[in-house]
Amino acid sequence: MNIVVCVKQVPDTATERKLRSDDKTLDRDAADGVVNELDEYAVEEALRLKEAHGGEVTVLTMGPDKASETIRKALAMGADKAVHLVDDALHGSDALGTSYALAQALKKIGFDLVVLGSESTDARTGVLAAMLAERLGVPQLTFANKVEVAGSSIAIQRVTDYGYDKVEASLPAVVSVVEKINEPRYPSFKGIMAAKKKPVEKLGVADAEIDAAQVGLANSWSEVADFAAAPPRAAGTIVKDEGDGGVKAADFLASKKFV
Amino acid sequence: MSEVLVLVEHVEGQVKKVTLELLTLARRLGEPSAVWTGPGYSAEAKAKLAEYGAEKIYVADSADIVDYVVAPKAELLAQLVSSASPAAVLVAATAEAKEIAGRLAIKIDSGVLTDAVGIGEGLVADQSIFGGGVNVRSRVTKGTPIIAVRPNATPVEAAAGAGAEEQVSVAVSDAAKAAKVVDRVKEEKGARPELTEAAIVVSGGRGVGSAENFSIIEKLADSLGAAVGASRAATDAGWYPHQFQVGQTGKTVSPQLYIAAGISGAIQHRAGMQTAKTIIAINKDPEAPIFELADFGVVGDLNQVVPQLTDEVVKRK
Repeated sequence: MNIVVCVKQVPDTATERKLRSDDKTLDRDAADGVVNELDEYAVEEALRLKEAHGGEVTVLTMGPDKASETIRKALAMGADKAVHLVDDALHGSDALGTSYALAQALKKIGFDLVVLGSESTDARTGVLAAMLAERLGVPQLTFANKVEVAGSSIAIQRVTDYGYDKVEASLPAVVSVVEKINEPRYPSFKGIMAAKKKPVEKLGVADAEIDAAQVGLANSWSEVADFAAAPPRAAGTIVKDEGDGGVKAADFLASKKFV
Repeated sequence: MSEVLVLVEHVEGQVKKVTLELLTLARRLGEPSAVWTGPGYSAEAKAKLAEYGAEKIYVADSADIVDYVVAPKAELLAQLVSSASPAAVLVAATAEAKEIAGRLAIKIDSGVLTDAVGIGEGLVADQSIFGGGVNVRSRVTKGTPIIAVRPNATPVEAAAGAGAEEQVSVAVSDAAKAAKVVDRVKEEKGARPELTEAAIVVSGGRGVGSAENFSIIEKLADSLGAAVGASRAATDAGWYPHQFQVGQTGKTVSPQLYIAAGISGAIQHRAGMQTAKTIIAINKDPEAPIFELADFGVVGDLNQVVPQLTDEVVKRK
């Protein structure tokens, strides 16, 4: 089975994240880049499916040169090879542009299964997997907390507000995973060393047959009009519990008409 | 005035509150048209939608539309956008509705904005990003704006609309039937409101200490008619089911009132609750960052404070 895992480099949540004042895009230099957490679950799930069914796991990342760190991490976990979609023309692409560029790259790579995290910690739109399914014309198997493949059939449990839906489809398909689908492995020393020798193919916009007029900040379908640091919340009242903390909290609730 | 399509969220035939919020919002932007998908439509549902301003109600209540993942609903909305030329399409910022919005955006070649907490003049959407640290105003620059709005972001106001019903015939394409829902498994969650929709959320964290002790969080929640949430520390420890996790890799909530008990307030947690209107924190560590967000905080043992608060709430009802 030919599995492609889409992995995104995101700014570390623990550092201060900013938008750039010039073009209002994410300031990728201001914060350390890390692998988007949910994508680590995606890599793990891809590796497990490969271990069970055979085949190959390819990492696909779209991002600047710096995103190669993220590729190395996924390769160190055990992926076989990687494709790095990197081109200045892609900078500032919104979800529509990003999904288009990734879909073009996926068509070029070829796949039986695409796996990705259900959301990124920076933009948090949660739409990319659905958009990829739409663009590629393949089944959308998103928010999975369980994936089972048998021959050309695939079944997932799709997490819902009330529990989960059992969903069935045929390969090829796009799967997005939620946290707790598995426990991502830590790269071993051997894995880290091996990753250095694994092939990473760089693709530009032209290589992936991406129409440059459909990607990048200037061609996005939406724009940031303006932004500002959120005003700090007004300092609240903090009391020490002296046996009446619950009563005081209830008084506060009453003052706000919650009780 | 142009129509504004509002995708109706409903469960067991009941219109969800977020839909009433979207209708309230849509009235400011144009003429609200509710779009009902799937079985369960009734006179009661119709009355509710009209009460909150739906001038038109498109009804596509075939079972086909919910038997496949997301794609049929996006297809239906694309059909309506083409026939009604609305000024905008509003959906709730739920996991599924955002996916519908995403697929619709591609079908109608239009921009999509997610997790709006308000929509202003010129369909400019307010968003809160980076765990609440930055406020952004965004707009769609191509096509028909599609905006996913967070539940609880808009105070609900009734204002009667005509509620003219229009049946929509749906022929779900084969392409949209690629992922079939073969079973729906309902997990027991009792009578509590849904986490992302609840007006009040009571969450427990590491300080709760055990799965058994979550009962004191649940009791406080029940006294307030609230949903129960949990921090990642609590779900990782297995004290509370993962689907109730509030935070960066879990649910994002924006309730009127958020009570955090035994939660330190790491950025990962704040990312999921910082846009709550009023925040109460109960924690024994006076240095816990959650107190920086709290409108009211109690430094103390939650095992004492939470039950006392529950008793007081019950007493004062």
